[in-house]
Amino acid sequence: MGINLHNISKQFGQFTALDAINLAIPEGELVALLGPSGCGKTTLLRIIAGLEHADQGEVFLKGENVTHQSIKNRQIGFVFQHYALFRHMTVFDNIAFGLRVKPKKLRPTPAQLREKVHSLLQLVQLDWLHDRFPDQLSGGQRQRIALARALAVEPSVLLLDEPFGALDASVRKDLRLWLRHLHHELNVTSIFVTHDQEEAMEVASQIVVLNHGKIEQKGTPSEIYDHPQTDFVSRFIGQTNVFSLQDNESNWLDATGITFEGAKGIVAHVRPHHIMVEKRDDAAHTDIFLKDWQHLGATIRLELNRQLPNGKASTIYAEMPSEKFRELALTKGDRVALHITHAHWFN
Amino acid sequence: MTAVNSKPTSLTLTDATWVRATLVGITVLTVGLFLVLPLATVLLEAFAKGWATYFDSLMQPDALAAMRLTLLVAAITVPLTTVFGVSAAWAIARFDFRGKNILLTFIDLPFSVSPVIAGLIYVLIFGAQGWLGPWLAQHDIKVIFAVPGIVLATLFVTFPFVARELIPLMQEIGHEEEEAALSLGASGWQTFFKVTLPNVKWGLLYGVLLCNARAMGEFGAVSVVSGHIRGLTNTLPLHIEVSYNEYDFVGAFASASLLAGLAVLTLLLKTFLEWKLKQDVKASRQAAIE
Repeated sequence: MGINLHNISKQFGQFTALDAINLAIPEGELVALLGPSGCGKTTLLRIIAGLEHADQGEVFLKGENVTHQSIKNRQIGFVFQHYALFRHMTVFDNIAFGLRVKPKKLRPTPAQLREKVHSLLQLVQLDWLHDRFPDQLSGGQRQRIALARALAVEPSVLLLDEPFGALDASVRKDLRLWLRHLHHELNVTSIFVTHDQEEAMEVASQIVVLNHGKIEQKGTPSEIYDHPQTDFVSRFIGQTNVFSLQDNESNWLDATGITFEGAKGIVAHVRPHHIMVEKRDDAAHTDIFLKDWQHLGATIRLELNRQLPNGKASTIYAEMPSEKFRELALTKGDRVALHITHAHWFN
Repeated sequence: MTAVNSKPTSLTLTDATWVRATLVGITVLTVGLFLVLPLATVLLEAFAKGWATYFDSLMQPDALAAMRLTLLVAAITVPLTTVFGVSAAWAIARFDFRGKNILLTFIDLPFSVSPVIAGLIYVLIFGAQGWLGPWLAQHDIKVIFAVPGIVLATLFVTFPFVARELIPLMQEIGHEEEEAALSLGASGWQTFFKVTLPNVKWGLLYGVLLCNARAMGEFGAVSVVSGHIRGLTNTLPLHIEVSYNEYDFVGAFASASLLAGLAVLTLLLKTFLEWKLKQDVKASRQAAIE
């Protein structure tokens, strides 16, 4: 069951936003739609919601073909980037809205409504704000209320459009973990859109990487990071150093310990933490030196400069734990040798 | 900058004193000449022969009929304009359709057309020699020189008011709250009454207020279609003209004082609503930033 998308395509004039998307999302998963701006992820989310309609293709929610159903019948909950709370209603009325607009037969009694709203407020830990208005709340509080409001109608699917995009960095970090825990508790199939790959990796159980309206790769965070299937995914997720064999790098790569027998391509992508760094005193053996480094908390990122045979300079990024860096006792300008332990090959 | 004294940082305070004095002086003079003086004159002339004569003039059957007609025209025109304005604003701010710009131009049309021309249009269509003249005569329906004609002419000059207020307001507020309401299961009507309308209420009231002021005070267009039939087709503005032309100055100014009172009341309410509107727009802008 869950969500199924068959051949979804959407064009805006000449621009192709989505190109024959086929996607199956199992029930209960927390899925991230990840990609750069303009890749079609928000359009896809809105098509699933029913806020927009695909030019071709079909949407199935829990086995039912909802392609031509309006949003109000799809039983989805939607959370907007800018919260979209009803500014003239209190927090309580905002959350109660979905319950109050139900058809008369299905409407809860005032007592039931009060209980439901307060239990949701307790779930998001904001019961004390029930009589405030949205403009009296902070961004993080607003988004949690928006989430409570979406959950009030007990949707079968929860859709979030860049939910933390409008928040401060520290609030964002807190809410990411909070959303993940909430999902474990509730187990509602959820899809959220983001362009922040760290956020996708931290929160989601499945990531779908989109680019130019097509799905590049779908998998768990570790699958996406450790085994990128396309050049785009490798570059987009995490940091990558790119070496092309066509630039006469074969000898150099050989010297650094990379074997390319059985390599499936001519371009090597190397993650910074797969580069080991050693200090070398003699200039004869190496033409790489340490240009700069950045302190990133538990790890240090090294900026290494390398003179290419054609006279140009290229920058290589390596990462290592702070302790290791201290052991090496490197200073700027020191000559180093590299040892590459792993690479992904692409064409 | 011609600042002689060094202290203030605000732009206004760096103007030289004589500049400030001149600008304020011009404003006071303009307000005095064009607003205060006429209003004072109306009141002075109205009460020139004492309170008793003032009330007598207002109690004349023709004056009372004029007041009734003005109120009737406003009571019909304002709701119709409001309904049209809200529908047009919804269509323009929420949908994309071909001819949207043409519709917007049409809505602005009454502002660029002289009210006399507006009245003439209706005479040409509904008058005895007009397009529909013979058909109307056959069915014994009177439009020109009767109340329906006055209502139509007033509708023409007032219909942009509510739409022009609501369209930019709804575009500014955005449609996310409405999308949220739909996602929660609300129908189109529920969304409109519970979410859209409360959000635009101050802008709507402002538009209704302006519409009412224009409907009650309209002279040119109504004058052409009215026929000036005493006691039947004279609105209050027309009654004032008729009284003045017959040298009944107290009567004319007494009726005028009513319209002046309406003007002052409108101005006060308008200021209040403008302030409320500014608050709403500020809040929605802040919500969009955060």
